[in-house]
Amino acid sequence: MNEIPTKAPQGHIEVRNFSLSYDSIEGPVQAVTDTQIHVKPGEFVSIVGPSGCGKSTLLNAVAGFLKPTTGIVTVDGERVNGPSAERGMVFQQYSLFPWKTVRENVEFGLKMRGMPRSQRERAARTLLGLAGLEAFEKHYPEKLSGGMKQRVGIVRALATGPKVLLLDEPFGALDAQTRVIMQQILTNMWQRLKISVLFVTHDIDEAIFLSDRVYCMTARPGSIKAEIPIPLERPRQQSMMMSSEFLALRRGLMSLIREESLKAMGGEISDMGMQGLNIELHGHSLADVI
Amino acid sequence: MPATVIAEADPASAITPPTTPPSFGTLALRWYRLNRAGLRAIAIGIISLAAFLLVWHMLTTYRVVFFVRFTNVPSPLAVYASFTKAIHDPKFLLHVLLSCRRIFFGFSFAAIVAVPLGLIMGRFKLVHEIIFPVAEVLRPIPAIAWVPMAIMLWPTNEQSIVFITFLGSFFPILVNTLHGMSLVDPVLVRAAQCLGARERSIFREVYFPASLPHIFTGLTVGMGVAWVSLIAAEMISGQYGIGYFTWEAYSLVQYPDIALGMIAIGVLGLGSSLLIRGAGHLVMPWRLK
Repeated sequence: MNEIPTKAPQGHIEVRNFSLSYDSIEGPVQAVTDTQIHVKPGEFVSIVGPSGCGKSTLLNAVAGFLKPTTGIVTVDGERVNGPSAERGMVFQQYSLFPWKTVRENVEFGLKMRGMPRSQRERAARTLLGLAGLEAFEKHYPEKLSGGMKQRVGIVRALATGPKVLLLDEPFGALDAQTRVIMQQILTNMWQRLKISVLFVTHDIDEAIFLSDRVYCMTARPGSIKAEIPIPLERPRQQSMMMSSEFLALRRGLMSLIREESLKAMGGEISDMGMQGLNIELHGHSLADVI
Repeated sequence: MPATVIAEADPASAITPPTTPPSFGTLALRWYRLNRAGLRAIAIGIISLAAFLLVWHMLTTYRVVFFVRFTNVPSPLAVYASFTKAIHDPKFLLHVLLSCRRIFFGFSFAAIVAVPLGLIMGRFKLVHEIIFPVAEVLRPIPAIAWVPMAIMLWPTNEQSIVFITFLGSFFPILVNTLHGMSLVDPVLVRAAQCLGARERSIFREVYFPASLPHIFTGLTVGMGVAWVSLIAAEMISGQYGIGYFTWEAYSLVQYPDIALGMIAIGVLGLGSSLLIRGAGHLVMPWRLK
């Protein structure tokens, strides 16, 4: 009871000198190389990059599913050695347990912690209420829409009170309108819970709209190409996406990613693809259009 | 503005039920519309069964001989007559009862051994590597081929028949359980891990329920093979049982009883697979449409 709340701030993610490679028949393949990132307590940080750049690999290493080949991942100074309920994760494929009802899914983390049934039922109901899902607590996930599934996924990850929330392209499978709503729900929850968020996406608008800071990764082998602070004020409104400030950030990030995407597809673009593109470009060179 | 957008697009609002309850007439009509396909299937099913009986009746009353000889085949009415006699005959009921008991023990032992074994083999590579080769060698041997060996292995006839039934259902259950384990979505395992689940919980909460649909496929197939094996075993080495009854009817030239035995086997097989399907619905409520 006399505990003085002088604990160090929670949810400080640090990734130092990180690299990850795996073996193949042609020798080791470097997926991510020489990467440093950090997320301050309560900060919302996104990672964007061309597909296959290793941004999900990086996130999975923070989650504890993958071991770094070199370097170290820590959360609040403690080395990450495997998955734990301290780092909640939200997956693109929702990954709800189909054999559990919505409420049982949300209860799962609490059950694993050994919380008695009645207590965790109450906790799950409260959380589902916050996400506007209490009417669906007895439904099985299959019956829900994509947006609802992912709301359950987020609530489930938050139920155990993790220090950090990791999201791997969580809205990638949703339609544009649902996506916007989900972004607002996520922002809302993040602001209430003051939790650190590491968010992987390939959607530049989404990254800017949500984040305090955005890391942009290079093409494979992935490393950090740029770190862009997002100085937009909060709370953020949809209308801000039209502001000149937003558009300038967007342009900047867009060109960074495009450079890397072109590098990643280098071979295809430079030979036949280039000729094909030129036909549509009506005489402009590729560089002009990009 | 964003607030109204949320209200409109919220998927929850699309599923709210209407406020006034509809009348019985409209409900009945709606029910009919929704179940029309099912009702049609039932109606056609009844017609097709009736047609089957009619063709059988015609073929036997006119003793058709056209490549196949229907001269001695009993007519449906003769079979029905022997059926009404048989249900009052305690000996016939004993045949049925003993077959059911053999199925129950053989199949239950198979399920009790094969399901946990499949789960463990699916989870632990070493166990898989040790047991799988042996299982693969034994699997193609039909249960009937085990009859002589079973008679040598077990002290009583009853035990050897149960053993044959066990073998028949064992491998389908094992193979399907293994298949189910191999298809468990690794992302669900990860999801459980980062919610704090340890090995034992993951096994109970993820691997087992995820494999259940395939386990039940295995149980259904296994039940079918159990009956096949049982009947064969009873025909060869039985003294009781519905398979023995059918074979005995042939030896004693009681032709209607042959068909009666066959139909009884069919009905019992159908009943037992319905039981398994019902159990499946009970155990896997999330699979109900």
